[in-house]
Amino acid sequence: MSEHLQILLKDIKEPDLHTLEGYEKRGGYQTIRKVLQMDPLKVIEEVKASGLRGRGGAGFPTGLKWSFVPRDTGKPVYLLMNSDESEPGTFKDRVLLEKNPHLCIEGMLIAAWALQSNWSCNYIRGEYAYPYERFNNAVKEAYEKGYLGDGVFGSSFKHDMVTHRGAGAYICGEETGLIESLEGKKGQPRLKPPYPAVVGVYGCPTVVNNTETLATLPWIMQHGGSEYAAIGTEKSTGTKLFSASGHINKPGVYEVELGYPILDFIKNECGGILDGKELKCIIPGGSSVPVLKADELEGVNLDYESIQAAGSMLGSGGFIVMDETTDMVEVALNLAHFYAHESCGQCTPCREGGHWIEKIFKRIAFGQGTERDMDLIKDLCKQIGGHTICPFGDALITPALSCMKKYPDEFKIKIERALNGNPVKATDLHYTF
Amino acid sequence: MGLSQEADRKIEEIKAKYPNARSAIMPALYMAQEELGHLTGDAIAWVADKVGVSPAHVMEVATFYTMYYKHPVGKYHFQVCRTLSCAIRGAKELTKHLHQKFGILPHEVSGDGMWSYEEVECLGSCGTAPMCEINDVYFENLTPEKLEEIIKELEATQPDIRYSTLKDAIGAGMKNTRSEVI
Repeated sequence: MSEHLQILLKDIKEPDLHTLEGYEKRGGYQTIRKVLQMDPLKVIEEVKASGLRGRGGAGFPTGLKWSFVPRDTGKPVYLLMNSDESEPGTFKDRVLLEKNPHLCIEGMLIAAWALQSNWSCNYIRGEYAYPYERFNNAVKEAYEKGYLGDGVFGSSFKHDMVTHRGAGAYICGEETGLIESLEGKKGQPRLKPPYPAVVGVYGCPTVVNNTETLATLPWIMQHGGSEYAAIGTEKSTGTKLFSASGHINKPGVYEVELGYPILDFIKNECGGILDGKELKCIIPGGSSVPVLKADELEGVNLDYESIQAAGSMLGSGGFIVMDETTDMVEVALNLAHFYAHESCGQCTPCREGGHWIEKIFKRIAFGQGTERDMDLIKDLCKQIGGHTICPFGDALITPALSCMKKYPDEFKIKIERALNGNPVKATDLHYTF
Repeated sequence: MGLSQEADRKIEEIKAKYPNARSAIMPALYMAQEELGHLTGDAIAWVADKVGVSPAHVMEVATFYTMYYKHPVGKYHFQVCRTLSCAIRGAKELTKHLHQKFGILPHEVSGDGMWSYEEVECLGSCGTAPMCEINDVYFENLTPEKLEEIIKELEATQPDIRYSTLKDAIGAGMKNTRSEVI
């Protein structure tokens, strides 16, 4: 139904797209042949010109990231694809891995040529057994055809690719956590600097790019960076995948040009709110970004700048919609539980604070809170935010603070129940087992 | 005490794929878990020996990641996603159903060794919420009724549920719960 330009999801419904034959039949692996004839630095220039920004959540310009890799260290350069898609509400990379793995491989090869890297690895979250199998089979097919290994596409370029399975740790989506994990350790993020571009896997220069980011490269190199830059807005170029979930009629993964109005997206792509209910709020970019209330969405568009101006972030494009019946205290509790569980345990404020926040939200949800609980949570958040090695600490406090800030009355009502000696029964909770 | 000869051979192959053999710790843990059901002391020692690190290091890795089982799980291990998108679409009812059906708490194993369940964090299946992973296979767009059908089918046919062996092992009723998000 989409009238949007489909760069990543073109042909996605074709049942044989995941096979090498199906991919080549539709023009796949043509761009990489052309790219292998180019000066690698020209490839980086082209990606810079496209304005492509990292699709994993941070939105850092991809070409710029590549240009930080030193080329004269004598050490090998490694390329890692970050398919550790674990941000709640995000399931876009899964679609690419399952349905179009060869597009991901071609994108990785383009990046590998630009960086002159002979070894790359796709780190796929452990739970994605099916996407893992699909991607791994695609790698095998590519090896058999001579598209990977010694002399890629008959050139003198050598490139080996490995598929690595994570084992259920959210933090491994953070690039230095991912690197630690790949080195066979706990996935605890590293202090930066040095950045992975200089000191990454096994001390060698390393680039970590999101799956969607790399899958966009074949189109950019086929059509040119300036053509990609012409799509979307001035600073948010191109298209982006949004994975829509929650109280909507048509959950799923949609590709739209950046700059597309949020309310149109909810109406057209998401098919409106389930059961004809009213929209209450959304989380536009995965659970780590602030909630936006329905009345804050007028005139806001799906691009990095517009969402930021509205007080939230585009993040990973994990678009969660909540209807009028949603209990925001329990939403805050649900996400606090997630972050308390997923903290890697390295920094004290995050490891301890996460559980404290969950505990306090829990007693508020059960109608056993005290008058000072909301201030206590704010105080804890102040001590966590910015005081940890990686951005997880900030991700942890964001939903907690934004739920309380935007829906203070819901919290106050439950706290008042406690003051009146009228606690909530466990069976009355909506989302908590 | 170690693993099969096949595992001994395969781990050497895996080690060779990485710039440093230490990267093979996680794949080795998966291999051991697949053979033994959960990570026993022997499994930890085997991984340490093959990769060339201390058993303490391997244990540190094994305990950090939730997908490595340090204790036995049922033949069918249910993991219900409990995070936001699934929660607001009724994940609680699925967990409640498993609790009542099996009469055990999360992480316990039923007396016959068949069943266990737990609540897990976001499985990246938010568009097909609520959902549940059984062993390593996703079952999506679930209701307690659909879940009950699946359990009945598992009881009756006792298939081997793993992606690598799945193919046609499961019946039509179960196949229908594997949905496409596009």
